[in-house]
Amino acid sequence: MDTPIPIHVSLRGVNRVYESKLGRTHALGPIDIDLRRGEFFAVVGPSGCGKSTLLDVIAALAPPSSGEVTFEGQPIGNTVPNGVGVVFQENASFPWLNVADNITFGLRRQPLDKAEIEKRLQYALQLMGLQDFAQAYPSQLSGGMRQRVCIARTLVMQPRLILLDEPFGALDQQTRLLMGDELLRIWRATGATVLLITHALDEAAMLADRVAVMSARPGRILEVIETGWPRERDSQIVSAPEFGQITARLWTLLRAQSMQALAPGSV
Amino acid sequence: MRIVLYRLLAVVLPLALLEILCRNQIIKPLTLPAPSRIVLGLWAMIENGTFNAAIVKTLTNVALAFGLSVVVGIAAGAALHRARLLRTLLEPLFATYYAIPIYAFYPLFLIVFGLGDAPQVLIGFMLAVVSMIVSTLSGLDSLPPVLAKTPRVFQLGPVETIRRVTLPYAAPYLFTGVKLAIAYAFIGVIGAEFIMSSTGLGYEIRFAYDNLDNNVMYPLILLILLISVTVNMSLDRWDRALQARRGRV
Ligand SMILES: Nc1ncnc2c1ncn2[C@@H]1O[C@H](COP(=O)(O)OP(=O)(O)O)[C@@H](O)[C@H]1O
Ligand SMILES: [Mg+2]
Repeated sequence: MDTPIPIHVSLRGVNRVYESKLGRTHALGPIDIDLRRGEFFAVVGPSGCGKSTLLDVIAALAPPSSGEVTFEGQPIGNTVPNGVGVVFQENASFPWLNVADNITFGLRRQPLDKAEIEKRLQYALQLMGLQDFAQAYPSQLSGGMRQRVCIARTLVMQPRLILLDEPFGALDQQTRLLMGDELLRIWRATGATVLLITHALDEAAMLADRVAVMSARPGRILEVIETGWPRERDSQIVSAPEFGQITARLWTLLRAQSMQALAPGSV
Repeated sequence: MRIVLYRLLAVVLPLALLEILCRNQIIKPLTLPAPSRIVLGLWAMIENGTFNAAIVKTLTNVALAFGLSVVVGIAAGAALHRARLLRTLLEPLFATYYAIPIYAFYPLFLIVFGLGDAPQVLIGFMLAVVSMIVSTLSGLDSLPPVLAKTPRVFQLGPVETIRRVTLPYAAPYLFTGVKLAIAYAFIGVIGAEFIMSSTGLGYEIRFAYDNLDNNVMYPLILLILLISVTVNMSLDRWDRALQARRGRV
């Protein structure tokens, strides 16, 4: 008999509607997905399809207009649950804090002793290649490095679920691949569940265990593709024949959606 | 280095010219005593402590007006930031506020608050508080949405969010407000003393003026100049040091 796969996050009939002066925007849903504990899950979709909205709903940063989200078996309320870390699409580093203070921002209010905080800080600096910049301020860093500061700030909290919203959007292709390797290492080392939102098909195909393809707005899940990669993997799998097949499949699904998203009058 | 030299020259040269004009009676002592005599006069005043009470009175009232305007300004700014409707109502007032000649209300303040320090403090406060409200609003407005979300991810409560994110983010904006508020507090308090009060530096200057006592009036004017320039320059320096560290993102 199979042991059931433990579910970490579950969404049931989740919709999100924005109400504004200009009218209603049905941004997302209905969505039904389950994230398995410890898996690397990617979401791809055309721009404006509701990917960031999906992340906000899972993180309890925005309430679903209907439906239910559970994290570790508990329905989420209107505060971000313990054990959830978020890396946003936009630069979210604090300009008045240096890199070290940015990274330990969340740690300093945990009941941890100084030595432990320092240990986690040094580990995160090392992992993100920021050792030489601990005293630098965000304004002195490149966009990619600022994003790494934000990733480090999330990692030191040792979240069990890490949500990343197009974290490598601002980076060039080579750096993206390397950051992807970094992310795989972190994922393996921490055993956390990772939800990566991206608009880059190759990124999703290379990194994830499963890739969900979203439709144009209102975003729904069209299909979830299993990549079948071994847990030990890195960016070199881009040369595997399966990589081409997976990306091709993703593109077939996305092409129609992206054209729809581009069509006039769809804003 | 060069720039410092030029700045020094810009101050020293006109003063030297004035000194020469005064000493040769081209400018009569009744109009303006020689700058050197003004400085010496101020020195003597400080040594004798003649105007210590007035200095303390004015500085206390300025500090009161300034302190009140900062506290009330930040609180009101933060509250207005949330109360959209009220803000829409008040914003045109803020935009035209400094066109209102506040001193015109001074007699009213006298009637309501009596002859004590309250009318002076109130005028200083009224001038200063609006710059503080406006800069608080612009600081809060410029907070990027993602920085408003981040404290929620770290499970900060409302007080901690303000203390650890909102205030530090808005600090440069608040600082601009603080600098303006100090200047307005000085203008408001000394102006009010000048017009109707019977205490403080403003009053003493006016009293000397009424008695054609140039040897008191000019040193006192110099004193006020020195105080406000020193205060503003030190704030400016501090501001620059903070800004340089934080950089402009
Ligand atoms: N605060 C909001 N108010 C109204 N509409 C919004 C808001 N945020 C997002 N939207 C709309 O919802 C849709 C999905 O947005 P988003 O989740 O940011 O898409 P994505 O991240 O996939 O690019 C977009 O059409 C966007 O215009
Ligand atoms: Mg987005």
